Amino acid sequence: MAHELTHILEHAERIQALDLEDIEPTSHALKLTNVLRPDEVRDSLDQDEALANAPEAADGRFKVPRIIEDA
Amino acid sequence: MPDLVWASATELAGELVAGNVTSVEVTQALIDRSRAVDDSIAAYLTPTFDRALVEAGAADERRARGDALSAFDGVPIAYKDVFVTRGVRSTSGSKILDNYLPPYDATVVARCSGAGMPMLGKLNMDEFAMGSSTENSGYGPSRNPWDLERVPGGSSGGSTALVAAGGAPWAWGTDTGGSVRQPASLCGLVGFKPTYGRTSRSGMIAFASSLDQAGPITRSVRDAAALFLVAAGGDPLDSTCLKEEVPNVLEGIDRGIEGMRIGVVREFREGSQPGVQTLFEESLTRLEKLGARIEEVSLPSFEHGISAYYLIAPAECSSNLARYDGVRYGARVDGDDIVQMTSRTRAQGFGPEVKRRVMLGTYALSAGYYDAYYGKAQKVRTLISRELEGVFGSVDLIVTPTSPSTAFKIGEKTQDPLEMYLNDIFTVPLNLSGTPAISIPCGLSADDGLPVGLQLAGPSLDEATVLRAAYAFEQDLGFSERAPL
Amino acid sequence: MTDTIAEDMYETTVGLEIHVELATASKMFCGCAVAFAGEPNTRVCSVCLGHPGTLPVPNERAVEHTMKIGLALNCEIAEHSIFHRKNYFYPDMPKNYQISQYDSPLCVRGFLEIGGHRVGITRVHLEEDTGKSIHAGGSGRIADSDYSLEDFNRAGTPLVEIVTEPDIKSAEQARAFVTELRALIESLEVSDVRMEEGSMRVDANVSVRRRGETEHGTKVEVKNMNSIRSVGRALEYEERRQRAALDANETLIQETRHFDEKAGTTSSLRTKEYAFDYRYFPEPDLVPLEPATDWVDRIRASLPETPAQRRARFSSDHGLPESDVEVLTASYKTAGWFEDAAKAYGGDAKKIANWVLADLFGLLNEVGIELQDSKVAPAQLAALVKLVDGGDISGKQAKTVLAAMFETGKDPAAIADEQGLKQVSDTGEIEAAVDEAIAENPDVADKVRRGNLGPIGFLVGQVMKKTKGQANPGIVNDVLRRKLTS
Repeated sequence: MAHELTHILEHAERIQALDLEDIEPTSHALKLTNVLRPDEVRDSLDQDEALANAPEAADGRFKVPRIIEDA
Repeated sequence: MPDLVWASATELAGELVAGNVTSVEVTQALIDRSRAVDDSIAAYLTPTFDRALVEAGAADERRARGDALSAFDGVPIAYKDVFVTRGVRSTSGSKILDNYLPPYDATVVARCSGAGMPMLGKLNMDEFAMGSSTENSGYGPSRNPWDLERVPGGSSGGSTALVAAGGAPWAWGTDTGGSVRQPASLCGLVGFKPTYGRTSRSGMIAFASSLDQAGPITRSVRDAAALFLVAAGGDPLDSTCLKEEVPNVLEGIDRGIEGMRIGVVREFREGSQPGVQTLFEESLTRLEKLGARIEEVSLPSFEHGISAYYLIAPAECSSNLARYDGVRYGARVDGDDIVQMTSRTRAQGFGPEVKRRVMLGTYALSAGYYDAYYGKAQKVRTLISRELEGVFGSVDLIVTPTSPSTAFKIGEKTQDPLEMYLNDIFTVPLNLSGTPAISIPCGLSADDGLPVGLQLAGPSLDEATVLRAAYAFEQDLGFSERAPL
Repeated sequence: MTDTIAEDMYETTVGLEIHVELATASKMFCGCAVAFAGEPNTRVCSVCLGHPGTLPVPNERAVEHTMKIGLALNCEIAEHSIFHRKNYFYPDMPKNYQISQYDSPLCVRGFLEIGGHRVGITRVHLEEDTGKSIHAGGSGRIADSDYSLEDFNRAGTPLVEIVTEPDIKSAEQARAFVTELRALIESLEVSDVRMEEGSMRVDANVSVRRRGETEHGTKVEVKNMNSIRSVGRALEYEERRQRAALDANETLIQETRHFDEKAGTTSSLRTKEYAFDYRYFPEPDLVPLEPATDWVDRIRASLPETPAQRRARFSSDHGLPESDVEVLTASYKTAGWFEDAAKAYGGDAKKIANWVLADLFGLLNEVGIELQDSKVAPAQLAALVKLVDGGDISGKQAKTVLAAMFETGKDPAAIADEQGLKQVSDTGEIEAAVDEAIAENPDVADKVRRGNLGPIGFLVGQVMKKTKGQANPGIVNDVLRRKLTS
């Protein structure tokens, strides 16, 4: 895995040769701005639907193994 | 009446309208054909034949009442498993979503269902759309109907295999780096990638958000244009979906290309397999014969497309795939604590290519490396877009081969990921620029008798010109060969 | 409440990070309802659960509210602002990244003044909230739990993050800052800003250094301060702890510390030797925000009076002392109630203030509700005070009436009638009772006639008895004096 990644990175590193000083990065694919939605409430899933795909659930909640560290 | 299994969607629609055939008959024929071929091509992940027949019946009833939902009411379709379908297992080709039942439909699916198209099933693909052969699928590769020892291309390989084998008249794929165009090229079909933002990405399991775009895989250019029109247009569920009205690209599609200026990309003119090279040059001659003016154009930045792509796409995917953690849906492998559970779930649920790209992407975004990798790649992207825009100042379209090679053998390119990536060299720049591009068959290669694709690409939002040129070429060539399956 | 900086050997530096949950109708990126509490996982959808294929679409009102907060804090609104992804794994984060803002926040470079001291506001930005974890088994803390349960109702709620410059100089000042900020945001009506409910959260960065040193001391992050009072207590503790460490020449560790409400102390949560790499990159699923000038102008024009402006106005318009002003303007709703009452009254606002501060607040505190939620209407209080002014009821009787108004919401006149509380101010009636009292108590009356005014109170008491407590004591006194001291 490491070998393959290095190999790929070497190829990708070709772009280091380019002089891109005065070029802005494309952080968004479109020249769109200000796409917003009105503050309106829409239907939510009910609890069963929300938990339908849960690998493990209890008391209406998604159950996970113990979390060791705080976020 | 044409052979139901090989007719185009437009032809089938015509037959349905004329009352020569029922949707149930069409659907059954396709189901029979699918069953006959799928052991060989392994296109389906989840067939939905019973549902398709029910939907076909409903279509027939509507038509009898004069209430057809659209011109294509009753014409069946199949979807790459990257599109979520409510209540129907959707895996994105990955074991990590092996049991996932979505609570909603992708907008593309909803619009086609809304047009009355019965769903034949969900199709195989490279895992999370990462690949050019379907060999990265968590469920095994699909096979090319032209030669079952060979790949159908990818990542939409299940879709192209099925349509090329006669199991469906058309199917949806997605194109992030060439995943609609390249497999279409390898299977002798039409594969169309609209301008980024034309079709909604809501419900398309995300790979690289700024590059992913849904695209039709069809047997004719007219079908591609028609299917595009069914799905394209603004969606309140997708902030990046253009609200602009979609022009009726079917209108004037047959106007011809007299006087059209088409640029041959110098940097991609050489380097393909000899059989591909020959057909490419012949195609240029054909375009000239049809009245187009061919000139050479230079797009030096295009040579850096793969490098930029293989930094941007993995970066975005590393973030997009973080949600697969065994908490809310999908597979879970137990662990003593959350970190162990999530690590094991992902280690077991993701295939090696996905892991490679997630790691690569994480690295490209990490502190200290961001500017050199992701940041710089995004600048290359600007360069590519700018150069292309400049070239479109003097030509209407550019032309390249779609893929440097015909379908390769299963296992041939899996040893070196980079070798696999280079399949996308001609297609990737147009994902980075977000501009529309199409692949159409231009013949069978002299060296191996396998299909070769021609790529035409146009300016942003100009699907009409791309389709018009593709149509003119297609009508003149009259490519009618079928996979010998 | 003054900073004892002069005598101090040490200098404290505090920066605050405040999160405010917006009270929009729907979530930041989907249409699920925003509400407090409720059955778990009932206000969720595919989007806020982070299902495959889902995409965010930003809530316009949340963007507006954020700009409103920014403008109220004297910020500049960015011409071009984008969302970024903040990537990290945690089970209460459905996507394992948070859509937030990084180097292009919506509002920058503002300030808020606290008692003449200006605290800089570095930025105000918009992001989404996480879900809630319950740690089961053990004490409820993470450390000894067996498993956790996740509720995503809160996931996706719009959250505004406000970051101050490290301009706060003491625990007390931090407390005052949070109090003022809370009052300011409350008056914008964009959030409940209730720390106890979690709609406002405060984290602090504290460092202490010897006075005169140019380099800042070790920065310690303090979390889990769940009320304004806790902010003060926690930072006071931290100041003492850090000073003690410096005194003893101990090295302080850069870390995150957790405030313990009960003990009033902070304890180490984790060391922060290196900053976590969130691998921020621009959110590709969202497009940039470029708020139109006229939108920003409209929001600016809609800003209400700031607490500071209100305090100044109360002092000058109503002539109230500072102590009264502070209490009455602490909440804009209380202030508004008071002003409605003062307006309805039309007379000396101090009288209304006294009734609110001395009597009404007492009643409110007993049942733990806010002034604007009580049954007493501002006009009703005004009417009550007028009754007292006009002598219709006594001040003492008015207190009883107020209590009844608080219970029932009825008008004071109606209650006085019902309870037969009436102050007799009719001089004729009072004269008759006074004459009786004098006749019945000749010795006492004589004493007063001879110049000893002391026992006059006894006679007043007698008259009050005869009139069943309803005589206007002021008038009784006057009549007695007139009759006995001419």
